[in-house]
Amino acid sequence: MTNENAKGRFGRFGGQYVPETLMPELNKMAAAYEEAKKDPEFQKEYADLLANYANRPSILYYAKNMTEDLGGAQVYLKREDLNHTGAHKINNVIGQVLLAKRMGKKRLIAETGAGQHGVATATIAALFGLECEVFMGKEDTDRQQLNVYRMELLGAKVHPVTSGTMTLKDAVNAALQDFAAHPEETFYVMGSATGPHPYPMMVRDFQSIISEESKAQILKKTGKLPDTIVACVGGGSNAIGSFANFIDDEGVQLIGVEAAGKGLHSQDTAATLELGQVGVFHGMKSVFLQNKSGQINPVYSISAGLDYPGVGPEHAALAETKRAEYVGITDDEAVAAFEYIAKQEGIVAAMESCHAIAYVQKLAPTMSKDQVIICTVSGRGDKDVAAVAKYQGVEINE
Amino acid sequence: MSKIQDALMGKKNFVAFVTANDPDLEATVENVVALAKGGADLVEIGIPFSDPVADGPVIQAADVRALKDPDLPIERIFEAVGKVREKTDVPLAFLVYFNIIVQYGYERFAADCAKYGIDGLIIPDLPTEEQGELRPYTDEENIDLISLVTTNSGERIPMIVEKAQGFVYLVSSLGVTGERTTFAKNLKEVVRDVKRNTELPVFIGFGIHSPEQAKEMAAIADGVIVGSACVAICEQYGKEAAPHLEAYAKEMVAAIRG
Repeated sequence: MTNENAKGRFGRFGGQYVPETLMPELNKMAAAYEEAKKDPEFQKEYADLLANYANRPSILYYAKNMTEDLGGAQVYLKREDLNHTGAHKINNVIGQVLLAKRMGKKRLIAETGAGQHGVATATIAALFGLECEVFMGKEDTDRQQLNVYRMELLGAKVHPVTSGTMTLKDAVNAALQDFAAHPEETFYVMGSATGPHPYPMMVRDFQSIISEESKAQILKKTGKLPDTIVACVGGGSNAIGSFANFIDDEGVQLIGVEAAGKGLHSQDTAATLELGQVGVFHGMKSVFLQNKSGQINPVYSISAGLDYPGVGPEHAALAETKRAEYVGITDDEAVAAFEYIAKQEGIVAAMESCHAIAYVQKLAPTMSKDQVIICTVSGRGDKDVAAVAKYQGVEINE
Repeated sequence: MSKIQDALMGKKNFVAFVTANDPDLEATVENVVALAKGGADLVEIGIPFSDPVADGPVIQAADVRALKDPDLPIERIFEAVGKVREKTDVPLAFLVYFNIIVQYGYERFAADCAKYGIDGLIIPDLPTEEQGELRPYTDEENIDLISLVTTNSGERIPMIVEKAQGFVYLVSSLGVTGERTTFAKNLKEVVRDVKRNTELPVFIGFGIHSPEQAKEMAAIADGVIVGSACVAICEQYGKEAAPHLEAYAKEMVAAIRG
């Protein structure tokens, strides 16, 4: 699974396309991470926090009702929504903050889209008594007010970003700018498997706990490897974590589900790997939604965690080599899945995760009953309830 | 020796900057010519980008003005450079984010730089380690890839300046472009470290706006680069910015050369 070379390349993707100001700090970070990775003390502390703070391992749940209803493959759900703070984001944040501590950093910054990564970073900052500032697009602070308040409650400072489209990409811009202005005292806790080296590799490693567990769990339950893994992709951190330990198992089909927004043929979409071109942005060579001149397109999805115009470089490489397949799910399909999984399984899943669920609804009936799908429920959907109600024309007072 | 290096060696220089298509390309042509007339030794033309991560609020706002139509073809900016070239020989460099070049194509971009009269490229998100894929094409056309050194580059300086061309762009302080009142304390030492490793001229940029600051910076380096202050003039005067830019350039050149 480690196909990146020393400069952080996945095939032709990845790299470090950042201003010189950031290069010394990224090199220090990469070196510190290489050391930490080999240090049993670091690994022990990481494992201990996952088990005793984040509530790992997360369960692999057999979705009996969904399986029967869909009438095809057996559906298992990897329940990252049951982690502390309610999403997979905490796996990565614990790892990066331990590294920040090891490097003697006192100040954490983070970008956030839906707010899940910001909440996870604010949480671990509180746990370790570190200063924390979160950059979040103004559009997102408006549609995810509850998460803004949660971050503030945890002691973080939230900066609404008013440049550009005022969403996740602009939050990343602002965080990169802050990091460039204060590199020595700051650790930028990146939320997805995106950005310059070493982030895509590091985030992948910290999220690979998802498939490390799910592989052991499914072998125990069924005695064989699964047929298909399905996970949603914005930047792609829960998906790369869900894929990581299966990439070398060629018989296991890997499917990433992107947000098609109002449809792949509309302007309002975030389906990068279906519609994007190779480019360089946010420190990485990858695939981006952009125009002919190379300007980054505004993107759209109902889900604040998926409306990102790029994708992590390892996904770009997995798509190019066809090791993984990437598909799009629209807002309408995701909202229908939100309601479906709530009624079928009693699980209110994050709108991001519901993109993956919606694809499982299409895929499972085409497979046979002895086949197995593992779908990652990357987060819980409490944060989305008000937005879905609004989408369905229901007014509720929070 | 490259055209840029040849033109800039052995004197104190003033480098000015404007964003292309702010507010339109005719104004850009006039503005660049006016800066040259005012005495600028090199003019940087910024190709507007949707997400200028290395730039502060003033240049970001210029990029927004310049990208009223986000589909503005890069070919039209090259044509404007061609029109500048009919009126002045001043060395010209593009300030361009790397994705623009990736989409245009390395070979075609370098060829069009040569064809229309661009002498150098400043690519803020292309550190020395990643220059390799573009460099063969720019070398082929004798276009300088201008390298940036920052006050935290430290032991990276010899590696960076060994590959540098044209001049060395020393970033005055950490962070994004934009007017400042103070600069990094170790600037003098960084200039010394750079000069120990190269004969190229060293220019200081980021944050310089007043003649006093320009004089102070020119005393420790071979020149100053002024971006946001020029762009602020473009913002204030719109299509009528040219005479104001010319007057500003004269003032800055006088301060720098004493």
